[in-house]
Amino acid sequence: MSGATLIAGLAAGRRSRSARRRAVTLALAALLLGAFALTLMLGQSFTPPSQVLRVLAGHDVPGAGFTVGQLRLPRAVVAVLAGASFGLGGAAFQVMLRNPLASPDIIGVSAGASAAAVFAIVFLGMDGAAVSVLAIAAGMGVALLIYLLSFRNGVTGARLILVGIGISAMIHSFIAYALARAPAWSLQEAMRWLSGSLNAARIEQAGPLLAALVLCGGLILSRRRDLEMLRMGDNMAAALGVRVAAVRLSVMLGAVGMIAVASSITGPIAFVAFLAGPIALRITGPHGSVLVPAALVGAVLVLGADYAGQFLLPARYPVGVVTGALGAPFLLWLIIRANRTGGSS
Amino acid sequence: MSAAAIHPAPRARPARGTVLLAAAGLVGLLALASVAIGTRGVGLADLLAGLAGRAETIGQAAVTVRLPRTALAALAGAALGLSGAIMQGVTRNPLADPGILGINNGAALAVVIGVAWFGIGAASSYVWLAILGAGVTAGFVYAVGSLGRGGASPLKLALAGAATSVAFSSLTLAVVLPRADIAGGIRSWQVGGVGGATMERIWLVLPFLLAGLAIAMLSARKLNLLALGDDLAAGLGEKVALARAAAALAAILLSGAATAACGPIGFVGLVVPHLARLLLGVDHRWLLPASALGGAGLLLAADIAGRLIARPSELEVGIVTALIGAPVFIWIVRRQRVREL
Repeated sequence: MSGATLIAGLAAGRRSRSARRRAVTLALAALLLGAFALTLMLGQSFTPPSQVLRVLAGHDVPGAGFTVGQLRLPRAVVAVLAGASFGLGGAAFQVMLRNPLASPDIIGVSAGASAAAVFAIVFLGMDGAAVSVLAIAAGMGVALLIYLLSFRNGVTGARLILVGIGISAMIHSFIAYALARAPAWSLQEAMRWLSGSLNAARIEQAGPLLAALVLCGGLILSRRRDLEMLRMGDNMAAALGVRVAAVRLSVMLGAVGMIAVASSITGPIAFVAFLAGPIALRITGPHGSVLVPAALVGAVLVLGADYAGQFLLPARYPVGVVTGALGAPFLLWLIIRANRTGGSS
Repeated sequence: MSAAAIHPAPRARPARGTVLLAAAGLVGLLALASVAIGTRGVGLADLLAGLAGRAETIGQAAVTVRLPRTALAALAGAALGLSGAIMQGVTRNPLADPGILGINNGAALAVVIGVAWFGIGAASSYVWLAILGAGVTAGFVYAVGSLGRGGASPLKLALAGAATSVAFSSLTLAVVLPRADIAGGIRSWQVGGVGGATMERIWLVLPFLLAGLAIAMLSARKLNLLALGDDLAAGLGEKVALARAAAALAAILLSGAATAACGPIGFVGLVVPHLARLLLGVDHRWLLPASALGGAGLLLAADIAGRLIARPSELEVGIVTALIGAPVFIWIVRRQRVREL
């Protein structure tokens, strides 16, 4: 094969891959839209699409106005936004640390934000935006602490993950302590902070979630190309002109910011940050950025798991229990596969 | 190069027997303190009278209540310290610990499933369930962590353990949640505490602890050989797989029985063997008894601290050990060179 045809072949291959990724991303977006519409229509009772549309348009519809507008819509909107935040933030962590197991729910970042939220609610009696602000600060603080503690002649992924596991164990025992001290201990409230729940979803929560998703997501996506380079290893990326430390810092800020906001509102929904990236990677194939598909997968996961937890299972489970149980077998498969190919460590 | 440069003189250490004796003395003192200190302090006269079995004053009654608690803390601590030392020896992994590897969570999940689905109420069955859960989890985490290149590296084992414990605690919640009738009892057991100790519970787990202790002491010499590497140990005539299985059985018996009695308590098995190694070196024949004593001391001290910090209520011992243990874990991680991770 001559040089010209080889280059033409490579270019064609790249075009077809990026076309595939675009098609997959569009299909995921369509799936999310469909799932969103379905969760608005289905529930204890069926609401026809025409009524759902009239409620969304702001008309006063007797009956449907309450079930759709007050019950289903806030829940679905918060599910989509939180799911996208967990998915995008988790995938950014996984790509940055080159390890699918290095997601914020395993190294303790979401637990840190959640612990701060519990502390603010139980001991300081705060609520609303103040809780979110404290959770973001705590999430950032925990991420920074993990980063500093694993710094020794530079930060390596392995040490960062191990330090994160240690910190996360400490935070979990703090959450257990705070919940045991809660004055009016309710199982539902506790579940929210232990594994994530949408039972307290309100439409006003969509604002901070959306703001965090746009701001932090923009920060991460603006570094998308550099993040791809990091996949080849820090040294290789540095040789190709990537400022590794700066990229790490801004991606970490973005990912921690959006995950902390989502954790402060829904609690750390188990395994979504961990699952979204690898699932998106399986669907889109190994080339190109996985970030946007991961956000879509995260949103679909939370929406679907919350619906299943409310209506499809014998008892009503909060969303985090469903994703946690779903995530376990997938997680095992992933660990086994990653270890066999030597992908981790 | 002179021979002295190749074999540097060993650092001056206090005699190993002295260290063990001192540790035993310390455990004894802590046990006395644990009986005497609490929401209500107990004077010496009441302490002695209470120990002699009298319960006439409030102080003496407090002593009778605190005795089983103290005994349980000492026994569970010893079991956890010992099991951590064995796990670190078997896996040749400085981060092995029944808590980090998710084994305590596995034992907890097995107990919760037994209570919720099979209606098991008898505490005697808890022990078997917990040991079963601990065994299955240990085998599973080790198998997952040792797949692929490089065998069971600390990072792979720790990640497999952390991921498994997240999954198991989710499953535990899923099992408990629809059962409001048992949720309260399970929740207080799950934090990991020795507050509800009774003598019956101690008698129940004691045979398992003693069996684990016996197997552990018999495997001490084999653990020394395993530390040389599998090939060398096999070359020296050791049946490597058998030795490893026996030692692992001891670790599982010990951590499972301790979890059944007090709920999942983390980090004791991690911290104590490292401390013992600093003082006594790497010979398992000294390391194992020292880890047992150290574990007993640590859990007693953590229990006393929990009672003092949160007066007049108390802080569960599992929370105190996590607060002490996590920084030690991070210190160990920082000490290791990256290549070894």
